[in-house]
Amino acid sequence: MRATVSDLPLVLDGVSLQAGATTILDRLSLSITPGAPTLIVGPNGSGKTSLLRLLMGLTAPTAGRVSWGGRSESKPVRRAILFQRPVMLRRTAAANVAYALAQAGTPRSERAVRVAALLERVGLFDLAQRPARRLSGGEQQRLALARALARDPEILLLDEPTASLDPAATRGVEEIVLMAAQSGIKIVMASHDLGQVRRLAGEVMFMVRGCLRERAPTAAFLDHPTTPEAAAFLRGDLVI
Amino acid sequence: MSDQLSAWQLILTGDAALFAIVWLSLAVSLSAVALAALIGMPLGALVALTRFPGRSVLVVLLNAMMGLPPVVVGLAVYLLLSRSGPLGSMGILFTPTAMIIAQTILIVPIIAALTRQTIEDLWAEYRDELTAMDVSQAGRIATLLWDARFSLLTALLAGFGRAAAEVGAVMIVGGNIDGFTRTMTTAVALETSKGNLPLAMGLGLVLVAIVLAINAAAWGTRVWSERQAS
Amino acid sequence: MACRLTSLASALVFGILAGLAPAGAQDRSIVVASTTSTQDSGLFGHLLPLFKARTGIEVKVIAQGTGQALDTARRGDADVVFVHAKAQEEKFVADGFGVKRFDVMYNDFVLIGPKSDPAGVRGKDIETALKAIQAKAAPFVSRGDKSGTHSAELALWKLAGVDIAATKGPWYREIGQGMGPALNTAAAMNGYVLADRGTWISFKNRGELEIAVEGDNRLFNQYGLILVNPAKFPSVKKELGQTFIDWLVSTEGRAAIAGYKIAGQQLFFPNAEKKGS
Repeated sequence: MRATVSDLPLVLDGVSLQAGATTILDRLSLSITPGAPTLIVGPNGSGKTSLLRLLMGLTAPTAGRVSWGGRSESKPVRRAILFQRPVMLRRTAAANVAYALAQAGTPRSERAVRVAALLERVGLFDLAQRPARRLSGGEQQRLALARALARDPEILLLDEPTASLDPAATRGVEEIVLMAAQSGIKIVMASHDLGQVRRLAGEVMFMVRGCLRERAPTAAFLDHPTTPEAAAFLRGDLVI
Repeated sequence: MSDQLSAWQLILTGDAALFAIVWLSLAVSLSAVALAALIGMPLGALVALTRFPGRSVLVVLLNAMMGLPPVVVGLAVYLLLSRSGPLGSMGILFTPTAMIIAQTILIVPIIAALTRQTIEDLWAEYRDELTAMDVSQAGRIATLLWDARFSLLTALLAGFGRAAAEVGAVMIVGGNIDGFTRTMTTAVALETSKGNLPLAMGLGLVLVAIVLAINAAAWGTRVWSERQAS
Repeated sequence: MACRLTSLASALVFGILAGLAPAGAQDRSIVVASTTSTQDSGLFGHLLPLFKARTGIEVKVIAQGTGQALDTARRGDADVVFVHAKAQEEKFVADGFGVKRFDVMYNDFVLIGPKSDPAGVRGKDIETALKAIQAKAAPFVSRGDKSGTHSAELALWKLAGVDIAATKGPWYREIGQGMGPALNTAAAMNGYVLADRGTWISFKNRGELEIAVEGDNRLFNQYGLILVNPAKFPSVKKELGQTFIDWLVSTEGRAAIAGYKIAGQQLFFPNAEKKGS
């Protein structure tokens, strides 16, 4: 079943998102295809989180059209999302992963093996029986990653997953993300950390005030931004 | 129970009739809580998760029904179960089963209303995550109920407190039959009407002690299991 | 997880329901709708174990006022009624709800009042006493619940020539409850109250109350027994109910009634010799 359905390319066609009089996303048209990780950068409030929610299908656009592999129904079959502050279900780490596997339709008989493999993959094997809510922030993010990977996604959306983590925990999360990317999962990740962009990104989407201002390969974006806003952002100026 | 004895003497001497009354009270009220939980928790969770016309009316109604007068519920169940009523052929009026039914009706709104509030708050936190995992409606309800289990214990205790304390409904549908449908509360009412105020007060204190013990046990269980798997 | 919790709860419920359920067809028990006076006086606590030892039949007593007890039976929710308001009982039989009425026993009513006797009724006959209470507007507690005692009280006011419905004032308190609560209320407000002697003798919370008027033959209180009509309600346990009635009017049953005493005082007097009326 999974092999026959694909969510890629993920296409936005003239998509806008309004909340009352406020424009959150403004006429975005873009296409996401398999390949190296895409990092969405931009100042706070530029619409990164809203864009990710739209890509996931959690929010419907007020104008324009979103399609996954040519389909406009939004059932999240082969995509997963990692929220900035993921919700830990009140059960053990292993049970959190088992829950995600069950929701993804993994047969009961295969779950135990896959739980162990996923926990191993995110480095939480030894904490399998620990209640998820008593894990540290970095461990919780890694557990959420294991849950996301349990869906066997084709595209993985991440919303600043390391925003509140220390460098060691950040490295743990980035390693898992890179491994996922190498295994062929399309990564779309919001970040405000230019170092992280350098370490992970294949291409960059730069957003300001709900508009996509620039989209370029990482090196080109970092070295030769084509818009004054991007140049200012890269200099560390406040972009309003 | 001999009227000459005080409640404390009855306890100390292990009076069989007193223990039968305590057992019946607990059996009836705990059964009613269990049944009401089976009905009220999924109902409360369903109301928390769904949006439909008239929903706020239902929410207000559920909250208001937490204050259902026990005698009114008792009377309604009595009329239903009476031989002259629609369910009379079941022949369960004046039995513990009838008392369980009446108390269940009495506490379903309490458990449903408190569950709705708890689940609605938790749903605000879980909505994105569960939607992203494509969890079905039934799955959402089960997940939220399970993850709210420690908070929902409070709803169960509120229901139990109400069931154990009420006298109006069990008196009407049970009939306060000695050795068969006499509970702690109807025994207190009876001893009061016999002018046996010390014994009535003593029985009342026994009831309070039992309710206190059950709440303490539930609280202890909650603290212990939260430590095990929060 | 959630499903385990559910099955645990249902196991609990059904286990308890099974444990509490009556034994079904084999169930040798009857429901008797009776009055608070027979229960609160302790008479049933004395009689029923004797009856059960003799016949193996369990009697479940619902103690209500006479009016309510007859209503319960009128709905088919009792097998036998055991009450004390002859006129109401005869109407019950005449309306086809009961098979036949049997006299079973009597006791008498007593007028209870505070030791201070503000209306000065001690030792008077009941007619004079009630007139005095009304004239002095001394506190009087009425059952007000259509019970046998309430019916008797209303009949006595009529006998005394007092139109209670028209003349009652704040001194006349209708509480709408059983004999015990009426006595509790009278004790609390030092009022007069009409009570059956059985409940009075066994009543504990007397406070300043004592008997003010007794022995007047108009205070006679007859109890009757009626089998609910099985033709009207097929659920009525005809044989078991009739066995109970037969036993109460038999020599053995009469001896059991006469044998119930509190502090050496006999509470009820069997008079079943007169056959059913």
